[in-house]
Amino acid sequence: MSLHTRSLAQLAQGLRAREFSSVELARALLDRIDTSQPALNALITVTRDQALISAQNADRDIAAGRGGPLTGLPIIHKDLFCTEGVRTTCGSRMLDNFISPYDATVVAKLKAAGTVMLGKANMDEFAMGSSNETSFYGVVRNPWDTRMVPGGSSGGSAAAVAARLVPVATATDTGGSIRQPAALCGVTGFKPTYGRVSRYGMVAFASSLDQAGVIASCAEDAALVLRAMAGFDANDSTSVDTPVPDYLQTLGAPLAGLKIGLLKEFFDKGLDAQNEKRIREALAVYERLGAQLREVSLPNLPLSVPAYYVVAPAECSSNLARFDGVRFGHRCQEPRDLMDLYKRSRGEGFGAEVKRRVMTGTYVLSAGYYDAYYLKAQKVRQLIAADFSRAFSEVDVLMGPTTPTAAFAIGAKTSDPITMYLNDIYTIGANLAGLPGVSIPCGFVGELPVGLQIVGPHFSEGRLLNAAHVFQRETDWHTRVPKDYQ
Amino acid sequence: MALTREQIENIAHLARLELKQAEVKVYQDSLSAIFDFVSELDRADTAGVTPMAHPLPGLSQRLRADLVTESDHHERDQANAPQVAAGLYLVPKVIE
Repeated sequence: MSLHTRSLAQLAQGLRAREFSSVELARALLDRIDTSQPALNALITVTRDQALISAQNADRDIAAGRGGPLTGLPIIHKDLFCTEGVRTTCGSRMLDNFISPYDATVVAKLKAAGTVMLGKANMDEFAMGSSNETSFYGVVRNPWDTRMVPGGSSGGSAAAVAARLVPVATATDTGGSIRQPAALCGVTGFKPTYGRVSRYGMVAFASSLDQAGVIASCAEDAALVLRAMAGFDANDSTSVDTPVPDYLQTLGAPLAGLKIGLLKEFFDKGLDAQNEKRIREALAVYERLGAQLREVSLPNLPLSVPAYYVVAPAECSSNLARFDGVRFGHRCQEPRDLMDLYKRSRGEGFGAEVKRRVMTGTYVLSAGYYDAYYLKAQKVRQLIAADFSRAFSEVDVLMGPTTPTAAFAIGAKTSDPITMYLNDIYTIGANLAGLPGVSIPCGFVGELPVGLQIVGPHFSEGRLLNAAHVFQRETDWHTRVPKDYQ
Repeated sequence: MALTREQIENIAHLARLELKQAEVKVYQDSLSAIFDFVSELDRADTAGVTPMAHPLPGLSQRLRADLVTESDHHERDQANAPQVAAGLYLVPKVIE
């Protein structure tokens, strides 16, 4: 069995049995990355030299019997996590020359767990996008069909895992940026509860929505990595101080009696008929496993996209004010005065979509408009969160599609921002309410994968991973690999 | 809602963004469309609803003791700065 198609758990076993070394594994995957780059462009930076050093260290630890469950296993980090001594661009010209002075907490934890970083994944600029087309480093292509987008903003992480360049990648989700690309690339994408994983050392986009998570080929691997990433961090003021359960212990629990709510608002006229078929087939699998299905309605959920496009740009305009051309990041040539330095550095450093969101946010927060937009949106957000909590008093989890359609063509939606924003119509609700969610592959429309989304109450990560894992024991969609990458 | 050229130029100024002439028109169209789209929020009856202050119910911002916890990293951090002299960030002259 070739190395690249094995799961993390299988790779860990192979390392411990000395079937292959961590250096051999890293070399094999680095070679796959190099070969894939012209077609997929999934990575912005490849850290070959550092990877081989970490792999050597991991091999020594394993030989000395010091290895943990992740020691020697390869990973890539979305290029939004700071990685000490390594460039962190966030997909932007603004940070093209930025070398992280320290590690993000997620990176530090996974490093301490012995993982081997192979590089930094491509992404939409500052995580603002649903197609990976806003990256300064070029679009990422979907390994199932390179004319298609991989989704975004974690498009590089999802494409890399789908093409089996790496078994697992970190990612972040502000409005669907883990789940949506995972769905479009046919992989498992897990977004934890807000506050479950530290945001320290992540380049901030919308701080009340941003959450780090993981993209892997299967739920078991996601559980392994999430267990190592999650936990309280004093450096993140919104990190929640509650113990991290052992997600692996509960992975295989039977689903008999599980109450599944079907979100009425997700089976709307925007949902492609073929996608809906795949989702209904997946739900039938759950029924066979003994789960009970019932329809639930969240009447305010259709307002989640407009609420998001007030709250997220408002927070983005505030967070991105730090890019001033003075302390780090891009600076324009020969500024006439300080105002010129600010304006040209930002005008040149930010791409079109980032500028659009910064301006949207600036307007909704400006004098005279704050109540009408920001305050109103935060009230609607409260209504949406209340809808979810009402639903969770009746059901254990909610299920529905992750996206309205399978992957769309590169360039198809770039001219109309609203059409692009509506890609996240099924994912944004979980972010507004701070809930965990996962997308798992559940079939194909033509050659393109479809994702089933599962959303649960706050801190129900274990339950979601369990529901995903048991489905993956019954189906083999998560084992499918695009033909050029088998 | 149709935003005027002047409004876009004013927003860009507040956001400290230099726009090219061609960009002004693009943002005039797309921001107008976005504000039309978000005006759907007006449909929601939010009378008496408290705006959300934290995504997790019952949690508020954690505070810590007011103690020095960081050491001096200025050399490391300033390695990313466009222009530095004697530990200070350099910018064009501000006061004539």
